[in-house]
Amino acid sequence: MTLLLEQLLNGLQFGVMLFLMAAGLTLVFGIMGLINLAHGSLYMIGAYAAAWATLQTGSFLLGLLAGLSAAAVLGMALEAAILRRLYARDHLDQVLATFGVILFCNEAVAMIFGRQPLMAGPPPWLSGAVEIVPGVPYPVYRLAIIATGLLVAAGLYVLISRTRIGMLVRAGATHRELVGALGVRIGLLYTAVFGLGALLAGLAGALTGPLLAVQVGMGERILITTFVVIVIGGLGSIRGALAGAMLVGMVDTLTRGFLPATLRAVLPASEADALGAGLSSMAVFILMAIVLLWRPRGLFPAHA
Amino acid sequence: MRESSRQIFVLVASFALLAALPWIAGAVGRPDLVTLGSQACVMAIAAASLDLLMGRTGLPSFGHAAWLGLGAYTVGILAFHARDLGPPWDQWAVQAWAVWPLAVLVPAALAAVIGALCLRTSGISFIMITLAFAQMFFFLFVALKTYGGDDGLTLRRRSTIPGIAPRDDVAFFYVCLAALVLVLLLLRRVAASRFGTVLDGIRQNERRMMAIGLSPFPYKLAAFVLSAGIAGLAGALHVNLFRFASPDLLHWTMSGELMVMVVLGGLGSLWGAMFGAAAMVVLHAVLAQWTEHWQIVLGPILVAVVLLARRGLWGALGGK
Repeated sequence: MTLLLEQLLNGLQFGVMLFLMAAGLTLVFGIMGLINLAHGSLYMIGAYAAAWATLQTGSFLLGLLAGLSAAAVLGMALEAAILRRLYARDHLDQVLATFGVILFCNEAVAMIFGRQPLMAGPPPWLSGAVEIVPGVPYPVYRLAIIATGLLVAAGLYVLISRTRIGMLVRAGATHRELVGALGVRIGLLYTAVFGLGALLAGLAGALTGPLLAVQVGMGERILITTFVVIVIGGLGSIRGALAGAMLVGMVDTLTRGFLPATLRAVLPASEADALGAGLSSMAVFILMAIVLLWRPRGLFPAHA
Repeated sequence: MRESSRQIFVLVASFALLAALPWIAGAVGRPDLVTLGSQACVMAIAAASLDLLMGRTGLPSFGHAAWLGLGAYTVGILAFHARDLGPPWDQWAVQAWAVWPLAVLVPAALAAVIGALCLRTSGISFIMITLAFAQMFFFLFVALKTYGGDDGLTLRRRSTIPGIAPRDDVAFFYVCLAALVLVLLLLRRVAASRFGTVLDGIRQNERRMMAIGLSPFPYKLAAFVLSAGIAGLAGALHVNLFRFASPDLLHWTMSGELMVMVVLGGLGSLWGAMFGAAAMVVLHAVLAQWTEHWQIVLGPILVAVVLLARRGLWGALGGK
């Protein structure tokens, strides 16, 4: 029971992280029609900048600030230098060019920081555990991530459904040419949206850093899971991104938590662990296959 | 489809150069060039099969490495179990004529199931879902500790081909070259057939194909399965070439590189994939010799190719 509660919270935490990633990716897709593989690289850059700044200054908040600004600035630079030329191209060109960007970013980070992972734990004021219900301790840092993520989700909702910028974003997603024709500077809007997506990816990276090892290749791992989230949720839909992220976060965490133990009942321990790990890595893809069988356009298709 | 005389000249010259590669390698004292040539032929087969999907049918699959890896593991796993099997199976499990067709059939059969799922989506979702399924197989082989897991699976000796010594690298190079020629001729035959014409039509305008009374789904699925089977053959050759199969063969970066080969060679140009594959294999070898951080050069090259070189190598070499 205790374990279940703990795993549910872990699933929520992973889901929140996935949402931060998926929101940026799906916004950029919905508005610019761009599929950006380098979104994972922005996540990695956020994580590296945050971990490095935290280790240099000893301050977690300065690290967080460094991670956010590095991801947002590099993201907007990337948009202006390369990605802007890809909006009108077909998806294949976008995939290939951003694939090249990934190779470059990974190698550049490896040259600057080396292949050894960076480790920067959570700050003292967020370490330790609290009892969420009596007898069930849970790390404060993970709770803080959940709270931050939910807050950002709420903020994003308000931004998109209640503000003028949000109105332009929604209009841009459905009637791109018309918004331009009405005199909105569409290029500026695109850069702003891309910067917002990059900021969210950087936030996800900076927050996840203390939980995992910060290393080259961390971006692609989460990028592919984020793709699953977006396909499940429906391309271009923020609501879908939220639902998909929670679903995938839960399924992934719960299968990882319980499948190896279940398999141990029927298999030798070492084989059960390896097979369990493999099967739980596959679980989200099987989930995606099931959703697509039932709803080929995802749970909340954006342009229904 | 008819090749222009300039294109025929380029093709004859390229294949003559390839056929003479072992002599050239001997003359310059670089026997490793033969292995590089075999690798180029194997990747050319895989890239040409992907071009059938991407270039001809308009289905950009980002998971093609899965079929390459499944073909390789089919050969590797059968050889791994050969000793446990009783006669005559223990002999058959290492014979090329028995195992290589299986390395085509296993990926093709799985592609029939997975393709049926993936083809429910289109456009960007198709790219993502093929990528996701390939990652699924990647994780599966990482988890299969019996077959080496992360470390990969070693093939004790190459599949037996009557009349060819298993350790003869030059002979194996000619096997790869012959396979490449056969695959390209098959794909050319497909492109010229009614089936190929339908695939062209689906790429150009799926709705019109439906309007003239053709259901696109079975054609797309057939292309998906055929392409996976040919990639499986490339996998079988790959595991034999290096006597080694590892999950890296199924990694998503391999899928990405295959896509790059197709586009670099010239999307939908049939012969182009071969040049794209050769260029990538040589580029890898040269850059890796030069610096450990060769990807920092490769990345910008990819971006430049996508942004600037629209017609690919085949367009540049063969003209229009």
